[in-house]
Amino acid sequence: MTEDIRALSAQFAADPSSLVFLRLGEALRHRGQAEAALKVALAGLSRYPHLPDAHDLYARVLADRQDYATAFDEWDTVLRLSPHHVGAHKGIGFLYYRAGEPEQALYHLRIAAELDPADAGLRTAVERVAGGREIWETPLPEAPPPPKVESTAPVGGAGDPFVGLEGAHERLLLVDQDGLRLGGGLVGPGGRDVSDVVAAVLASTTREAGRAARLLEMGEWNHLTVEGAEVGACLLNPTADTSLLATMGAGLPAGQLAYFAERAAKAARGWLERAR
Amino acid sequence: MTTGYAPLLESLTRLRGIRGAMVVSAEDGLVVAESLMGGIKGPSLAAMAASLTSRASELAVKAGLGAPRFLHLQAADGSLLVAPASSDLVLVAVAARDVPLGLLRLEMLRMAERLV
Repeated sequence: MTEDIRALSAQFAADPSSLVFLRLGEALRHRGQAEAALKVALAGLSRYPHLPDAHDLYARVLADRQDYATAFDEWDTVLRLSPHHVGAHKGIGFLYYRAGEPEQALYHLRIAAELDPADAGLRTAVERVAGGREIWETPLPEAPPPPKVESTAPVGGAGDPFVGLEGAHERLLLVDQDGLRLGGGLVGPGGRDVSDVVAAVLASTTREAGRAARLLEMGEWNHLTVEGAEVGACLLNPTADTSLLATMGAGLPAGQLAYFAERAAKAARGWLERAR
Repeated sequence: MTTGYAPLLESLTRLRGIRGAMVVSAEDGLVVAESLMGGIKGPSLAAMAASLTSRASELAVKAGLGAPRFLHLQAADGSLLVAPASSDLVLVAVAARDVPLGLLRLEMLRMAERLV
């Protein structure tokens, strides 16, 4: 039942340092008062930046606002602070399911269900994501399952480094250090093939990223994400002499995009090894 | 530091793990205002951030990503974060390793909207 917002607001006003902001923020969410819930969540988070429940509340508010990228990062923060946090496992499971990653979703939702066995709705969600498979007798893996699809490209330069991966010819592009397209493809707005025009600038952009990390003494660079108004992109170097671009619709979690790019980079490395 | 931007930058650098923040001219990579911890070279950071933004913007245009709203360079020892503003300015922050970036990203996006 939604708590009395007026009473909770009064408590919060009387003692801003109390943890009542958690209940107030949740009550505001349930009432659909998104802006007010955001203010309360941010106020609580600024006072308690290391409190997992504060990040969890903020993540739920963000998910309500369909800011899934930030919500993913916040729930990821919760799990770093508190690996057995039910709400964060539920939240990340939801985001993975929404992003079309049922095995990753199942992993997190199962953990949540085992941490909170009284939540019947959660058990139902797990069974739905499992798609009729027997799930409860199957031991839970110690880590999230690896990507289920790996490259099976033929040996040699022929074939596609991203075969089997979603978006292999529309959202993934692999180039060499001179900007020569090695595999994948990129489709721009209106269905136009922009692979070659992007290939020409991809290698120089990743070189610039590496140069920035080096000159700023930030250590080895891992990836560069570019959040565009329409589409998000993640750039990385699968090997020292290749660059990869992966794209996803804006609004999907940044962590999900980076994960997608890492999967593609792994497939590209395997393909390059076989080719060489 | 340019006085007008001081409160904005200080509100960023007050966040845990933020080693510095700057307002940079995107066109020439010059420092407009800065609030940096010792050890960070402002002119170098400004030049690199502007150069990276320029490259990423060119790529974004060619790939049809739409105008870049936020860049995040993740490295082993920290992150470089850039929020291009509607004007010629970009807001830049350097974060230490393992800093939760969600709140910082949101703050930077909001602040970038106010940059003129």
